[in-house]
Amino acid sequence: MLFETFRLALLTVARNKLRSFLTVLGIVIGVASVIAMVTVGQGSTAAVQSDVASLGSNLLMLRPGQPGRGPGGGQNDATPLSAADAEALLAEIPDLVAVTPVATRTQNVVYGDVTQTVTVSGTDNAYFPVRGWTLSQGRMFTEQELRAGTPVCVLGTTTAKALIGEGNPVGIQIRVGKITCEVVGMLTRREASTFGQDDNDTVIMPLTAFQRRISGNRNVSSISVTFADGLAAEAVTPKIQALMRERRGLTDDKADDFNVFDMKQISSMLTGITGTLTGLLSAVAGISLLVGGIGIMNIMLVSVTERTREIGIRMAIGATEGQVLMQFLVEAVVLSLIGGFLGVVLGLGLGWAGSVALDVGFAPDWRVTVAAFVFSALVGVVFGYFPARRAARLDPIEALRHQ
Amino acid sequence: MSMIEFHAISKTYGSGEAEVRALDQVDFAVEQGDFIAVMGPSGSGKSTTMNIIGCLDTPSSGQYLLMGQEVGGLDRDQRALLRRNFLGFIFQGFNLLSRTTALENVELPLVYQGVAPDERRARALEALDKVGLGSRAEHQPSMLSGGQQQRVAIARAIVTRPQLILADEPTGNLDSARSREIMELLRQLNRDEGMTVLMVTHEPDMAAYATRVATFVDGRLQSDVRQDAV
Ligand SMILES: Nc1ncnc2c1ncn2[C@@H]1O[C@H](COP(=O)(O)OP(=O)(O)OP(=O)(O)O)[C@@H](O)[C@H]1O
Ligand SMILES: [Mg+2]
Repeated sequence: MLFETFRLALLTVARNKLRSFLTVLGIVIGVASVIAMVTVGQGSTAAVQSDVASLGSNLLMLRPGQPGRGPGGGQNDATPLSAADAEALLAEIPDLVAVTPVATRTQNVVYGDVTQTVTVSGTDNAYFPVRGWTLSQGRMFTEQELRAGTPVCVLGTTTAKALIGEGNPVGIQIRVGKITCEVVGMLTRREASTFGQDDNDTVIMPLTAFQRRISGNRNVSSISVTFADGLAAEAVTPKIQALMRERRGLTDDKADDFNVFDMKQISSMLTGITGTLTGLLSAVAGISLLVGGIGIMNIMLVSVTERTREIGIRMAIGATEGQVLMQFLVEAVVLSLIGGFLGVVLGLGLGWAGSVALDVGFAPDWRVTVAAFVFSALVGVVFGYFPARRAARLDPIEALRHQ
Repeated sequence: MSMIEFHAISKTYGSGEAEVRALDQVDFAVEQGDFIAVMGPSGSGKSTTMNIIGCLDTPSSGQYLLMGQEVGGLDRDQRALLRRNFLGFIFQGFNLLSRTTALENVELPLVYQGVAPDERRARALEALDKVGLGSRAEHQPSMLSGGQQQRVAIARAIVTRPQLILADEPTGNLDSARSREIMELLRQLNRDEGMTVLMVTHEPDMAAYATRVATFVDGRLQSDVRQDAV
């Protein structure tokens, strides 16, 4: 009997394809947005968390520019930083364990007939431990290379793969911008991306070589600093600020023209934002499910009115109240399940597209998918109940006389 | 024991000034095997009587026994079960489900009885054969003439082999040739299948097929006579 009821409901739904589709659109959008949100949200949360994990611990970053701008902003008329600033920080603040100046520029890197556009960093050997990198091939830079500005470089795995495919790039000569550079090492791959950029797509060379042959000036973009274990970022930051104000000759009436970023704090803030966004958008999705449910209720009420005579006939023939109730309830549930199914498919598709676009790894949550499906069935039951009960309570004579 | 007994059945609609007495203290009995034509002017209470007998409506007062069972005390579902198992309805407007084949229409009462699909189909086809529409099983009502639709409706009414057929103006929408076909069919069901038939009609020609004619006037049973059917 129940199977019969389901078959009948499917037939009725199939008979009015366009209307059924419009009816379930609310559910489709609700379920699709929940699933897309959660999928992208979890993907990016995972990405941010692995960023946090990959950053060396106790990391601060110093950049020129007015405070209050994000880590990407701040390239303005403020005095640039220099390698000397990095040396002074290490020499004068005992809390600091390692300090590394980093200058970056995007360059075309060429090997054979392959060209890859890569962020090239000029820095020193402290860069590797401070940024949490280890080498899988070759070596870091020698004192001699750092001092003389020899054109040598270390490649990230993504860059290496783009240039030579699988294998060991050490020993090859590549072109970086206008100079020829010998590859001396390769980083160990890590699954991380910073704000959507693959960390493994990178070329690292001695700062002196970078400044002389690529940037043509003695500026550095940022200085990364690690401080000793057991200290808090809040305690170390003022010392850096004080020293930098002194070095940049800022009088008391002038504001800082540089920023000290606590990278961990930024990352965890980003995670928080992602979480809040997911929550917020899930709430929106919940509301659209509710609206979808009301849509189903509306169309079921219309359907009950339209089919009043049919209901009367069924009752005259011997349908009980429960059987009529069941018929309309199952119809509402079939509608909402179809909506839920379409929503799941669409949501996973959107989630996948979003993950690819944001480069954060496709992380579908099967519990959420199942829950969304169950929830949409529940919407059918809850919002289908009232119209179904109205159908079941019809007076058979009135119903038969209808129209 | 009569199949149907009305003891002082009254039915009123509305109240106070607007009160309408559709049935007024009616005593009436239907015996097993009767073929009764119910006649009377418009508004005399014929349909009201049929609805009460068909357990679709309840009397305002009086006692109604269906096969010895008091119907007054039954709830909606119990009355639905009585309809399902003992009664078959034929309406003036046919009342077939649209966009549903003749076969599915005829199967419907068996679906509610919980009969298995194979048996259901066989019995529905048998009923359609009986009304001469075995070849139209897959046709939808919109593809059938009025007379054919009414025969499908008769097949649907008899597929559960009910004791009593209730027909409210079954030929009201048909021309006289089609009407006679329907009457022949009802008479055949009455004679050969032993079904009791209760039929409302305005037309003396149709009433002539019955073995008994009950005439209502103003909510009262004015006359109730046995006759030799044509
Ligand atoms: N639901 C109702 N509400 C109010 N009055 C009603 C209702 N149903 C029937 N009546 C009244 O009850 C009386 C009997 O109606 P009924 O339908 O039984 O007449 P009938 O003999 O079948 O007439 P017809 O030959 O026109 O079909 C009529 O006066 C009618 O107006
Ligand atoms: Mg009538």
